[in-house]
Amino acid sequence: MVKDPALRQLGEQIATARDAGHSVQIRGGGTRMFYGEPVTSDAPLSVLDMSGWRGIVDYEPSELVLTARAGTPLDEIENLLACHGQMLAFEPPRFGAADTLGGCVATGLSGPRRMAVGGVADFVLGTRLLNAAGEVLRFGGTVMKNVAGYDVSRLLVGSLGVLGVLAEVSLKIMPVPRCEATRMFPLDEAAALQQCLAWRSLPLPISATAWMPEAQGTRGCLWVRLSGSESAVRQGLDRIGGESAAEHDAVAFWSSLRDQTHVFFRQRPLWRIVLPPRAPTLDLGSSLHEWGGSLRWLAGPQDAATLRADVRAIGGSACLYRRDETMARVATFHPMPPALLRIQQRLKQQFDPTGVFNPHRLTQAF
Amino acid sequence: MTAVQDPQTSSSNIAGFLARIADELPPACVMAQADQTRAFECDGLTLYREIPPVVLLPESETQVVAIVNACREFGIPIVPRGAGTGLSGGATPHPHGVVVGMTRFNRILRIDPEACTAVVQPGVRNLAISEAVAPCGLYYAPDPSSQIACSIGGNVAENAGGVHCLKYGLTVHNVLRVRVVTIEGEIVELGGEAPDSPGLNLLHVFIGSEGMLGLATEVTLRLIPRPQLARVVMASFPSIELAGQGVARIIADGVIPAGLELMDKRSIHMVEPFVHAGYDMDAAAILLCESDGAPEEVVEEIARVEALLHDVGATRLQTSSSEAERLKFWAGRKNAFPAAGRISPDYYCMDGTVPRRRLAEVLRAITGMEKQFGLRCANVFHAGDGNLHPMILFDGNLADEVDRAQAFGAAILELCIEAGGTITGEHGVGIEKIEQMCIQFSRAELDAFAAVKRAFDPCGLLNPLKVIPTLARCAEYGKLHVHRGDVPFPEIPRF
Repeated sequence: MVKDPALRQLGEQIATARDAGHSVQIRGGGTRMFYGEPVTSDAPLSVLDMSGWRGIVDYEPSELVLTARAGTPLDEIENLLACHGQMLAFEPPRFGAADTLGGCVATGLSGPRRMAVGGVADFVLGTRLLNAAGEVLRFGGTVMKNVAGYDVSRLLVGSLGVLGVLAEVSLKIMPVPRCEATRMFPLDEAAALQQCLAWRSLPLPISATAWMPEAQGTRGCLWVRLSGSESAVRQGLDRIGGESAAEHDAVAFWSSLRDQTHVFFRQRPLWRIVLPPRAPTLDLGSSLHEWGGSLRWLAGPQDAATLRADVRAIGGSACLYRRDETMARVATFHPMPPALLRIQQRLKQQFDPTGVFNPHRLTQAF
Repeated sequence: MTAVQDPQTSSSNIAGFLARIADELPPACVMAQADQTRAFECDGLTLYREIPPVVLLPESETQVVAIVNACREFGIPIVPRGAGTGLSGGATPHPHGVVVGMTRFNRILRIDPEACTAVVQPGVRNLAISEAVAPCGLYYAPDPSSQIACSIGGNVAENAGGVHCLKYGLTVHNVLRVRVVTIEGEIVELGGEAPDSPGLNLLHVFIGSEGMLGLATEVTLRLIPRPQLARVVMASFPSIELAGQGVARIIADGVIPAGLELMDKRSIHMVEPFVHAGYDMDAAAILLCESDGAPEEVVEEIARVEALLHDVGATRLQTSSSEAERLKFWAGRKNAFPAAGRISPDYYCMDGTVPRRRLAEVLRAITGMEKQFGLRCANVFHAGDGNLHPMILFDGNLADEVDRAQAFGAAILELCIEAGGTITGEHGVGIEKIEQMCIQFSRAELDAFAAVKRAFDPCGLLNPLKVIPTLARCAEYGKLHVHRGDVPFPEIPRF
């Protein structure tokens, strides 16, 4: 029995839709609806609005844990953390004031610092989930170490709501680094990749990298951010060299990458490609790198099948992040091998046998 | 329905299975005599023993696929096993099943020192990886105390931790990819060297799944650059409460220590005569706080930590001045388990986690229970992440003491749940804590675990009877155990 009336009402909406053979489209702040496949269903579809289910439930700075309801605005969370010198270390992209914690976790998108500290899933400690019967289930908890049962909380990160509705999330929190500094290096794409690889195995406090092409020609600029104690950053800067970026410019630059407000991100279609650290240049057109070259944004028309085959061959995957009319029939996410898809289909079948949650949002298969 | 049924197997199936498997595996990989299989009767949790009818030691992925296919055909349960150092009975044999030991998967396949990755087979020992990559200035961060013996496959199965988790994470944060043979005999790759994979996050569900979702045959690990310097502060406190305040102050100050460990008075007195680490025998608690990184950074951080701990009320502060001294300070903590074995015929090591702010009160309650159960308990714990390892000292030759030790352990786990924590931080549920699962989780939550299990293992043959209790078992446990005045599983009729 769900005790809180507002949460119970959400649960009842789910159970009623399920019993009628209908589906729900889960919605928080609506800022991440562009990501993933459109929700489609032959059955009637209603919106499950999570934005009212908000509020920080527990936050104790010395525990490094924050628990909040899924509809809590990311603004509220990040502002509170900032008051205590702490942060969401995975730097979630901010698409607007309506961003919610639930949307952040359900999409699983992380920002520039992901290369150094890990992604959303690395910081999720526990969740409460509304299941297809409208019951509230709790997985994980508010402690750093917890191996009781399977890690369903991390399974939900990036699941786009296809297994159930996130009602509450507990996150591991990190202190804001005492010091940050950014350096720039004029390098072409291949040299920038080589440089990032060379730094990888050194004990340097690199917290973000980005390579951006110049408007004309093959030259570009590699931006590198160091974060940590003053001495660690100072020693790191001595070691890597480069040209200093003014603090104001650097902060603006990294925000424009995190929030995808940089002009590069206005191009359509926009592909989000993830690759192993050694992957070479793709030479497929205008691209911007992050995460030491492991994340590449690729703009402009592509033959989707060829691109995906090439990317797969070097151990990566390609997501059609922002589409345009030329890409209407292309799947958002890289197709999975059949054996892997089968396990995912069975998970969907087990968690949501009638298909009440976000039909087809993650894959055409369910 | 929490339907994780026990597969019913008869001895005739075993005979047919052995005949079939003889075509697939060389005789040296098959053991079916009790004198051969007895060595596999238990893992690190020796309270539970079962001589397995068959033990298989495959040498290739093809053989693993053949084993899985044959087990499916004959309906025979599979119990995967790594180095057998697990402490929760995850590798306890099934009475009608085969134990599949992965010890022969012992090769490090590739090391890429520039990309900071290693591809290893699951039977490779945890410490062997750090040793192999040391010449490149790298190491593998998770360091469970059994790291000299435990295998990476077992670490993946249990989501193993260690003393450096707060800063460097658990196994789940340091594994990039696992290659898995499914119960259907197919090979799937979960995760990868690229930072994301399409679809649901199966990699993180597989890690910590205790051998119930598939058999790992290859693991890609993230390596990290070895810090230039590490130093440890050893602080004495007149009470556990003050030591707990010291921990909170360090973290609230924005320091994430590489290691943060606490020992209580009984542990100090247990290890010092054994290890001679120079521990303060007058202290009620000793806190070890390690800082690592670039030399200047370490010096700064250590100074900050010393000032904070002094301010909180530490009665003695010592900082390691050499690598030898650092290792000496750690030696006591790392030898707590053997030290327990030295002063007591047997000990039972528990593994609960509580929010850090509840540590002191939980420890006080455990001390109170010593009288209730008539047994001594020594406490060491990973203070940075609230992970307790109470060691209950008992004599296994006295049946009554075994029962009391188990009851004491169960009471500690329930205390952890009540304090807002969990019944296992890093050792896993296995069979040891399966009854406490009924307390930590509702029936609907246990159903969800069973649903995950069915999605990976529709046949229910992979390590059955572990982790997820059956409804009947919870009901049985509930009869003995009325929790906070609520009768668990009230929907089950009782007579």
